[in-house]
This record gives sequence, C-alpha cells and structure tokens, in this order.
Amino acid sequence: MEFLSRFDRPYEAQRPPIHPLIIDKISLNFGGVRALNEISLRVDPSQIFAIIGPNGAGKTSLLNCINALYRPQEGRIMYGKVDLVKVPPHQLPRLGIARAFQNIELFSHMSVLDNLMLGRHIYMKKNLLQALLYWGAGQREEIEHRRFVEYVIDLLEIQGIRKAIVGSLSYGLQKRVELGRALSLNPTLILLDEPMAGMNTEEKEDMARYILDIREEWGITVVLIEHDMGVVMDISDQVAVLEFGRLIAVGKPEDVRSNPEVIRAYLGREHR
Amino acid sequence: MAVQSGIYHQTYESDMQLRPTTAQRVRLILAIAFVLLLPFVVSQNEVRIVNKVMIAAIGAIGLNILVGYTGQISLGQGAFLGVGAYACGLLMVYFQVPWGLALIAAAFITAFVGALFGLPSLRLKGLYLAVATLAAQQIVEWIIIRWDPIDGTIDGRATDALKIPSAFLFGNTAWRLNDNENAFYYFVFVVLVVVVLGAVNLFRTHYGRAFIAIRDQDIAAEVMGVNLFYYKVLAFAISSFLVGLAGGLTTIHSTAISFERFTIEVSIAYLAMIIVGGLGSISGAIYGAAFIEILPEILRSIGQTLVQNRIVSDQVFVTVLPFVQQGTFGVLIILMLIVEPEGIRKLWSNIKDYFRLWPFSY
Repeated sequence: MEFLSRFDRPYEAQRPPIHPLIIDKISLNFGGVRALNEISLRVDPSQIFAIIGPNGAGKTSLLNCINALYRPQEGRIMYGKVDLVKVPPHQLPRLGIARAFQNIELFSHMSVLDNLMLGRHIYMKKNLLQALLYWGAGQREEIEHRRFVEYVIDLLEIQGIRKAIVGSLSYGLQKRVELGRALSLNPTLILLDEPMAGMNTEEKEDMARYILDIREEWGITVVLIEHDMGVVMDISDQVAVLEFGRLIAVGKPEDVRSNPEVIRAYLGREHR
Repeated sequence: MAVQSGIYHQTYESDMQLRPTTAQRVRLILAIAFVLLLPFVVSQNEVRIVNKVMIAAIGAIGLNILVGYTGQISLGQGAFLGVGAYACGLLMVYFQVPWGLALIAAAFITAFVGALFGLPSLRLKGLYLAVATLAAQQIVEWIIIRWDPIDGTIDGRATDALKIPSAFLFGNTAWRLNDNENAFYYFVFVVLVVVVLGAVNLFRTHYGRAFIAIRDQDIAAEVMGVNLFYYKVLAFAISSFLVGLAGGLTTIHSTAISFERFTIEVSIAYLAMIIVGGLGSISGAIYGAAFIEILPEILRSIGQTLVQNRIVSDQVFVTVLPFVQQGTFGVLIILMLIVEPEGIRKLWSNIKDYFRLWPFSY
C-alpha cells in the first residue's frame, strides 16, 4: 500500500483539463521600450514548443506574460476560456500552469522534499487548526501528497537527495529539482526557461529525456526557451523565433532551420 | 547535521515523525522529568527567572514565525506584547472576565491588531516594512502612556500602572499565579509545550511551507500558487497571537503592569533573542530567550557577590557596575555571533555532531 506501483498514474487524478494556449496579438512596453510587439502564437495540447532567439529578444518576457507576472498592454492570452492577462499569478497553478525559472528560484533553505511538497500547496485543504494539531485528517493529507511527490522524485531520479537542503546541491541537480517542483503541481502546461543552461552533455541528455517523458507519459504541454540548437531541433514539435520583440518565424524545426530570415537574425549572416 | 544511519522507514508516517529514534525519545522524557522536578531543586528567585524565560520563549517563537520563517522584519514586538498585556489586564479589571478567558481573548485581540499592522507587508519589504512596524510600536506606546481610561489606581490615586487582580489556578487560593512562582511555573510550562507543539506542527504542513517559501523566493512562491497577501497577513496574525499570549502571561505573572515593559528596547531585545538563538527555528527561539533573559541575571549576581565579598565598594557597585554589566552583555552577544553566526541552535547541533562522530571527525 505504501509503494506506488510503476503502473499507477497519480497524475491522472485531480488534474485540470488541458487546453491549447492561444497568444493573441500581445504587446508589452517598458516605458518607451517595446519588449514584445504584437506576438500571436498557438500551442496545441501535448506539444513541445520551443521559443528561440538572440539575447534580449523578449523570450523570458513572453513567458512572464503567460505566467501573469508581466501584464501586456495589448492583446489576450487564452488558456481554455480564461484570459491569463486578467488572472492574478497565484491563480495560475489552479488552471494547470507551472513554471521553472532561468536563474534557479528554489526555496534554498528548504529540503528537496519540502520544495516539491510546496508544489502540492494548491491541493491542500486542511484548515489551520488541523495543521496545528497535525492529527488525523491533517496528517493523512500530508501523506497522500507525499506519495505524489515521491512519484515525481522517482521520475526524476533524485531519490538520494530527497532530504538534502536545496542550497547545498549542485547546479544541475537544482535545475532538476526545479523541474520536479513544477511537476508536483500536476500541471497541464509547463513553462521551462532554459532548463539546460550551464549543463554538461550528459545532464542535458537526462533533462531532454525527462521533458520527453513528461510529454509522452503525462501528456503535458511544454513551452521551453533554450539556446542549445541541437536539443531544440531534436525534441521540439514547433519552434518560434523572436528577434527584438518581434516574431520572425514559427513552424516545424526543419522549416525554421532553413528559413533565411531566421538564419540572418539568429544564426548570423555569415552562416553557410 | 550528522544523521544516524541504519534507520529504515517503512511508512511515510514513520519517515515524517519528529523524533524517529529511541534515543531521541528517551532524551525528551528525561528533559520533561528535569523540568517537572526543577522547582524542588532551585530557589524561588531562580524559578522566577525561568518563568520569565518561558514567557519570553513564547513571545520569541511568535516573533521567529514572522521574522525567521516568513522573512518579514518587525520592530513592533514590544507594542504587540503591550497590546496582549493590556488587553488581558483591562478585561480582568474593567469587565471582570476570568483570567483564563482574558488571556485567550488577549491573544486573539493581538492577532487582529498584528494582522492590521501586517497589511503594509503586501507592498513593503525588508527595512521598509521594519519602519512601518516601528509606527505600530510608537502608536501603541503612545496610547498606553497617554490614554487615561487604561490607567489604573493604586492606593486610591491614579497612576500610569494598571493594577492586576489575583489570578488563582483552578480557583485554589494557594496557587496565586501573580506571585506564587511554582504555580505559575507549571502553568506556563504547559502553555509553552502547547505553543511549541503547535508551532512545530505548523511547519510540517502547507501553511509553514508557504511561510518559508515567501521568505526564500516570494515570486516563485506566488507562481506555485501561494497567495502572498493572505499568507503574509496570516503570518502576522499567528505571530501576534503568540506574542499577545506572552503579553497576557506577563500580566498574569505581575501585580501591576506599565508601559516600561513594552518599549522599543523590548522589541530589539526580542530580535536579539531570535538572532542569537537561531533564525527560523523553534528551539532557537527558546535558547535565545534563555540567553537574553538569564545573562543579565547572572551578571547581576556576580556583581552582588563582588560587593558582598568586599572586592568592590558600594560606591563602585552603584556607579560603574551597571555599565560594566551592559558592556559585558553586548560583548557576549557579539562573541556568540562570531563563534556561530547561525545562533545557539547551530552551536548546539555542532556539539552534538562532534560527539556523535567522535573519534572519527568525518
């Protein structure tokens, strides 16, 4: 009873419905700077969707808009029937949207387990009194969610560090824990900001495998920003290219790779 | 921290226990036995000091929940203690509320006032928030000093102090909590145990995790579904509840209360407690409270011994010794923090680890 069989699929319970993500002509200004200029995109359910572009192109700003951390001045971002531009950020996990940051933003003084358990926050229903007593229903709820978290720990192969304090872990492991924290939300759409930055080849391969796994098994839509072209071309279904806040190309990896506009902007004019 | 090997948990219940090993449980039982027997061993004056430590520990746990765990700096501790103390005292004096009920009501009133002064935390962080809570300190202090209806009368004339009626434990006139140190000792010990259990449990659940998450990375916490405003205000309320409880206990432990016990210096002394003891730790708050409360008493008794043995004259005792005592107090706090910046809690766990691993240091 205590062990989940590997054929159990805990992520199928309690999950909000999956939708296409439709970005409809959004523009974002910081004072006089136009960070995003009338961007329109459609991300289908269970797709791996990569956003690429030179530094400062507005990739992270776009993720922040989807994440409701930035409010675009124009346009709509529809997830199902909800316009994400009008939703407070802490409501997004309830719609099934999770995020892993570029510069690791884990809770560095908490253990790996507690970081992942925080991902279960929105599902916790016990009241303050039950929490203070930690008895009966309150304790059972913690254990029930611990099971889910252990499933994520197994998936990401971080069993050995589950009680380690996150701040003491290596960069590669922290990136993995951050993915785990986002997965603990049991999302339908996950936003990954450079999940492989600063990793060696082996760690990149692992991360690519996890991303493919969560798409195949859990059926999660993945929107990721990544600079490693090999990885992007390998795992993505769709690639969007940003330059100076404009969308210059979107399509299948092989089409984008041969798009002359992309070669000029992103890979450089001299590229053969 | 060194972890004992060879413990294999088979259920999540056992893995999530607070004290999984037998050795830890035996230690806990020994500690409780020690506490229960203490009043039979030491003098009344020493029991009085321990009582002050336990009240301070409750207040420090409250402050640590806010500052150490949630990362919201507060300089209003003295004020919130004052709100709790006066709420309890006024309910007893003017409304003849039984002391037990007055104590609980005082804690709830302080929780409400604390939550009110926690509202600016939505927009203010760090030192800016500290200044906002300083306003709470000034306002409450001013009300206590200036507002006449809360002044009491002693021997028929009005004074700033509020005279506190007797509080009898279980209605037994032999157990007058105001000055029977032993009765108060057992009472406040039970309260402290309840507070510690509640606080420890709080941080095993999503409430506590949300507080720590707000301290470590507030934006990430928000993106993970934590409503920052709600949880910040809740942290203020829970923290102030315990601080108000400590204030109410101060009232019941006294025959009269006045504003001097709730000044900004008290706020700073409490901050010192949680910093010296260990930020973000329940046991740290208790160690810190003991350190800050007991140290001046030790220094005072050393001074008295010096005078009694004619090593220093009475003249020196009055003029020089207070300054030497305060200086020593300050130096000891600084030394403490240089030796172990993370506080007494860390120092204690280092000592335990040393002996656990001895003679092989790694």
